Amino acid sequence: MRTIMASVLTSAFNKYMEVVGDQVVFTGQFARNIFRDGFEWGEFLRQCYIVGYRSIGLVAITGFIIGFVLTLQTQPTLKDFGAESYVPGMVSISIVREIGPVIIALICAGKIASSIGAELGSMKVTEQIAAMEVSSANPIQYLVVTRVLACTMMLPLLTIMADALALLGGWVGVNVQEHVSMALFFRKSFNALKFSDLLPSVVKTFFFGYAIGFVGCYKGYHSSRGTESVGSAANSAVVSASLWIILIDAIAVQVTNLIYY
Amino acid sequence: MNDTLVQEKATQTAVDDDVVIRIEHLKKSFGDNEVLKNINLELHKGENIVVLGRSGQGKSVTIQCIAGLLEPDDGSLKVLGKEVKDLSDDELKELRSKLGFLFQSGALYDSMTVRENLLFPLTRVLKMKDEAEMEQRIKDVLESVGLEEAIDKYPADLSGGMRKRVGLARTLILRPEIILYDEPTTGLDPITSREISELIVKLQEKYETSSIIITHDIACARIVADRIAVMNDGEFIATGTYDELTKSPDELINNFFK
Repeated sequence: MRTIMASVLTSAFNKYMEVVGDQVVFTGQFARNIFRDGFEWGEFLRQCYIVGYRSIGLVAITGFIIGFVLTLQTQPTLKDFGAESYVPGMVSISIVREIGPVIIALICAGKIASSIGAELGSMKVTEQIAAMEVSSANPIQYLVVTRVLACTMMLPLLTIMADALALLGGWVGVNVQEHVSMALFFRKSFNALKFSDLLPSVVKTFFFGYAIGFVGCYKGYHSSRGTESVGSAANSAVVSASLWIILIDAIAVQVTNLIYY
Repeated sequence: MNDTLVQEKATQTAVDDDVVIRIEHLKKSFGDNEVLKNINLELHKGENIVVLGRSGQGKSVTIQCIAGLLEPDDGSLKVLGKEVKDLSDDELKELRSKLGFLFQSGALYDSMTVRENLLFPLTRVLKMKDEAEMEQRIKDVLESVGLEEAIDKYPADLSGGMRKRVGLARTLILRPEIILYDEPTTGLDPITSREISELIVKLQEKYETSSIIITHDIACARIVADRIAVMNDGEFIATGTYDELTKSPDELINNFFK
């Protein structure tokens, strides 16, 4: 029994290390190809449009509702303690520091990582990636570098937009029961925020974006042959990217605390 | 005596110059599955070799090794005089620019139109910038495969035969010295298969390429082959012209031509 357990664990560990090794190699290929033979500006901008512009609607609605719901949930409790005037500050700190970046990143992992995983997986299955390789074109540069960098650049912008809309949602939420002017709400919100709230939360979204792009590309690029593997690449891209986001967030909080507090 | 040796050496060099692909004792396994056991083959300049064999015998693996998509476990594989396994990334890239590969499915980039599919290798591999020159090349190559009208269509709007033709055009646009065809007529009706086979011969004459064609289609083999190599269980068991092999006493070989 013990031997079987040991052999199962060894096999699982070996497989895990193989994946880690593959990911390290893939990271190296990504880094080596960023500026090799020029940069694919056209494809990069197309990916920015797909990743950024086409996600605006989803991210905007999500951001607005987060702020709106958070306000509706917290306002009665703070009112009980006579601390209603702290609602804008509490909403802005929660949104900007944590809820905004993480929820938007998770939403984008669902939308973007799955889409990249499925697209590259399908290209792999239909031999389009092999066709690029064999014709001497550079599929890593054209497909992977552009997508990973587009995600890395677009996620911070989407998050900033979502944070702004979440504050707007918060103001609407407050006004469901009482009247508070927009100027007052936003002034109180920004007064509560410090530079140490803003900077780390923006910086970590670059890492979230990189994780989403990288995991999506890795899963798609390494999908096996067969149509089933396309679905599986999309699915595991979302799961892995979401896990990476949570992990990066945990690390980012620790690093921020070490630096600022 | 010395003169004879020099003459023999000169003859050998002339033969070597004529060989564009030389495979010797090539082996490739996937885990415990030994797919290529002992592959030996020579492709001469301007020659069309058809590789026949049942499914799963290693035909596609052989041409994938030639294109550097798979790394052989053992043996020698020289393409245009260069040992593929010894090439650096940049050298392999350069070699691949002289190789064309037509995939079974055509492998067209489905997010791009036919024009963009053809532009892709021109801008990425040949680094061409002159738009007029590129446009001319695209028109020439589409005319060669008889598909000028499909230039702005997406692959999803093309039939199977048209996709193969566009795939062939994309392969030819780089003016390769060698073309590897992976089952070029699979999934096509007999009339379209014949058209594609005749097109392969026509283009081979026009662009003076050498080709290895993998197929199960005997009609295609008869039209395109200068020589046929029959593969069984990871090695070539016979090579010869179509007529020679149809007269073979070996039942296994004969079964392909029945």
